[in-house]
Amino acid sequence: MADLLDGMVRAFWLLVTLDRDLVEITLRSLQVTLTALAIAALIALPLAALLSVRRFRLRRVTIAVLNALMGLPPVVVGLIVYVFLSRSGPLGVLGLLFTPTAMIIAQVIIIVPLIASIAHQSLRELWSDYHDLLISMNATQSQRIKALLWDGRRALLTAALAGFGRAIGEVGAIMVVGGNIDHATRVLTTAIALETGKGDFAMALGLGFVLIALAIAVNLAIHWLGHTESEGRW
Amino acid sequence: MKQMLLGAFASLMLSGAALAEEMKLAVTTSFHNSGLAEVLLPEIKADLDLDLQLLVVGTGQAIRLGEAGDVDAILVHSQRAEEKFLAGGYGSHRREIMYNDFVFVGPGSDEAGIQEAKDAAAALQSIAEVGAPFVSRGDDSGTHKKELSLWAAANLDPQGFGAWYRAVGAGMGAALNTAAGMEAYIIADRASWLNFGNKGNLKLLFAGDPVLFNQYAYLPVSSDKHPHVKTELAQQLEAWLTSDKARDLINGYQIEGEALFVFNAQQ
Repeated sequence: MADLLDGMVRAFWLLVTLDRDLVEITLRSLQVTLTALAIAALIALPLAALLSVRRFRLRRVTIAVLNALMGLPPVVVGLIVYVFLSRSGPLGVLGLLFTPTAMIIAQVIIIVPLIASIAHQSLRELWSDYHDLLISMNATQSQRIKALLWDGRRALLTAALAGFGRAIGEVGAIMVVGGNIDHATRVLTTAIALETGKGDFAMALGLGFVLIALAIAVNLAIHWLGHTESEGRW
Repeated sequence: MKQMLLGAFASLMLSGAALAEEMKLAVTTSFHNSGLAEVLLPEIKADLDLDLQLLVVGTGQAIRLGEAGDVDAILVHSQRAEEKFLAGGYGSHRREIMYNDFVFVGPGSDEAGIQEAKDAAAALQSIAEVGAPFVSRGDDSGTHKKELSLWAAANLDPQGFGAWYRAVGAGMGAALNTAAGMEAYIIADRASWLNFGNKGNLKLLFAGDPVLFNQYAYLPVSSDKHPHVKTELAQQLEAWLTSDKARDLINGYQIEGEALFVFNAQQ
């Protein structure tokens, strides 16, 4: 219990004094996760819309696989990315292992199935409402996808935020592919793991509170940017 | 305001890499937990203009990283594994830098009575006899290998141990946390132990047997196997690590008034 209190005090001081290392790893956490989120959304959202409007043979299987991959253990993703990016692996020449880029790649793989599955759920319902209308207007497939993505944007935001939540709090994969290098690939979650290893629970908890605050702040910022949850706009 | 926020996001995504020269060195958790790295890294940066990126892993993984060419050099402490690494042609050579020692840590009540043990083997034998809880790193690290060799020297085989022998498969800090939680015996390097913040009821019970000395060596990755490694930087770093300045910094590093490392590189 004393540790918890110490942790809160420590988090408070870290924030008030704008500790330089804290700012650095927080910005890196944001950089890695927001980049991963942007890339993952670019892949996952059109994929979800396509799965809703188009009927093809492997559709069911694709959806089932995406749903199953939502529970992908991050450490396994990390290990697979690691093997590919290692100097003795197939993509070794790129020299990407232990860089933020490697961490972004791993996080994209982790959150694409999650975002695509959640987005598909809501787009499918939207599609059942829009189906007759869009068909009778003789809309092309890309027009249908665009209409769905635009009118479903609120639900898609939720899908994206779920992806953000999973990525920002993730430690297994980025520890393996990033290596937790000070001033290069250390982010909030790997720093927390490190401080726990040193037995400095107060510092670890302090960083944990900062992480939680960061997640809340980003969610609020995105809602504010998207005007959701404001009067007359839902 | 909104544009500013979006602009800040965009610049965050685009902001890129550092400019000074970089090299990657795999080091063991026990070296990193000692805190010595925080003394050496700024000096290395100042003297060589070199951003030394440390990958903190167990010796087993450090050697794997070196074999795969994912780091430019390794600093580890397990002579047998190092020799195998060299025999495989993965490293260009081995240079001894410094040593510290391992200590036996356990609950203050010391039910196995290892405080009175005459050497490390006797201490382990009495722990096994009593069947007192014992935490093993179990992660193929240098410390784990050392522990196994100590059991072998005591004519005991961990394979046949009962439930009191708990291999946690974790780094030094995590293993110490586990030992503190279970009030178990554990072998740790002195540096990690002194720097450890969650000691609980644990106490340093036994140390000083010469077999517990722990030699650290620096092994650059061979550029024959991996042409991309930064051989020149690795050489500069080796020269620095064996310099008089490094000697003074290493010998002078203390925690709670105790010196941790003894510099013994041949200059």
